[in-house]
Amino acid sequence: MDTVERILREHPFFRGFEESHMETILSCGASVRFDAGQFLYREGEKANTFYLIRSGRVALETHIPEQGTIVFQTIGEDEIVGWAWLFPPFLWHTDARAIETVRAIAMNGICLRAKCEEDHELGYEMMKRFAQIIIQRLRASRLQLLDIYGTHMGTGGRT
Amino acid sequence: MASITDLDRAHVGETKSRVVLDSMAPIPAKVRQIRRETNDVFTLTLEPPAGIIEAFNGGSANGFTFAPGQFNMLYLFGVGEVPISISGNPLNSKQIVHTIRATGTVTDRMKKIKRGDMLGVRGPFGSHWPVEASKGHDVVIVAGGIGLAPLRPAIYHILSQRELYGRVILLYGTRAPADILYARELERWRGGFDVEIQVTVDTAGSNWRGNVGVVTTLIPKISFDPYETIAMICGPEIMMRFTIKELVKYGLTYEKIYISMERNMKCAVGLCGHCQFGPKFVCKDGAVFRYDQIKPFFEGREI
Repeated sequence: MDTVERILREHPFFRGFEESHMETILSCGASVRFDAGQFLYREGEKANTFYLIRSGRVALETHIPEQGTIVFQTIGEDEIVGWAWLFPPFLWHTDARAIETVRAIAMNGICLRAKCEEDHELGYEMMKRFAQIIIQRLRASRLQLLDIYGTHMGTGGRT
Repeated sequence: MASITDLDRAHVGETKSRVVLDSMAPIPAKVRQIRRETNDVFTLTLEPPAGIIEAFNGGSANGFTFAPGQFNMLYLFGVGEVPISISGNPLNSKQIVHTIRATGTVTDRMKKIKRGDMLGVRGPFGSHWPVEASKGHDVVIVAGGIGLAPLRPAIYHILSQRELYGRVILLYGTRAPADILYARELERWRGGFDVEIQVTVDTAGSNWRGNVGVVTTLIPKISFDPYETIAMICGPEIMMRFTIKELVKYGLTYEKIYISMERNMKCAVGLCGHCQFGPKFVCKDGAVFRYDQIKPFFEGREI
């Protein structure tokens, strides 16, 4: 078993896929590395990949004119970066930058997308798993939006 | 709520009510040191006055003693009184330390206080973190924003007897890198290699190399034994609610989780009912509660 295969087979995200699907998935993964400061992807570019982070941290960020770059989430070891490859228009909505050296498995989204269309069993499994990730991010984003540590949340009582 | 007759009876000398009456009188304490922590948070170190020791510690002259998680009522003369957690080291009885966020009439004015000024102090009041009951367990401490202040005495206590605890993990979330409390101390603790510390902020600029995201996102990154772990949580209620949900997902049960509640208070001794929370008073039954004991009220609305 090569390294990529071992990593993918052991990763919780891919646990429970049936063997034929796992074979497909394995054929779409490749080991990649980004140095600190390099971008995994940039806003507006075509989204044809997703990444399973093996080590290092990735900042999801966006640029706001006159305010500069704002990081709104970091993603680390064992987490997945990017779901835009699975949904039209297949374009990235943020920048993803390596904060430090990042080692990852890059999954070929074009290949997987086509396989998911052909085989809806695979497509449904993939959809379920990405839906989980999107739900988590949505919940976290809601909390961030509430600005719970802001002064308006009121700490009139004991601090 | 105490009736006039109750208070009258106290005057004629019933011991229990007598203590209540004594604890209603603030004792002046001198501000020894002021430290600006962040833009709106500052730490005051007060000189423990002789009076407070006699009034609240049964006459012992050993300085100001308190249990981690307890609070004092601080009275800014002519402005008002506020309940503030004690954020100092419980092993140092020669000082009274409070970390305060300027967020209302009294605390805004307190921010302008100068060295040598006097503050009225009543306390310590309330329940405490289960630092003794946690011995032999892993300890997961989750703090949000100013919520790190009431937890700091628990951290001091645990670190002073580090060998008696299992894994010790501190997860701290705040708004932005500039709002991180006790940054130098966090670095020092982390440097001790016997505490795992993870910090995250809600947003940051691109020069921040740490985590960005809400504090609950740190929980999947740590490992603890759910059967032998005590969790202590303090922060905005919504943050505590989501933190509890996440910890439960990883196997922790409600009776292993402690939270510190925040309510407006007036008397601090369970008389006035200002801080009533379901059948409990936050001032005397809390502010630290074991979660299973307040869960129905914590999840309810309008309480």
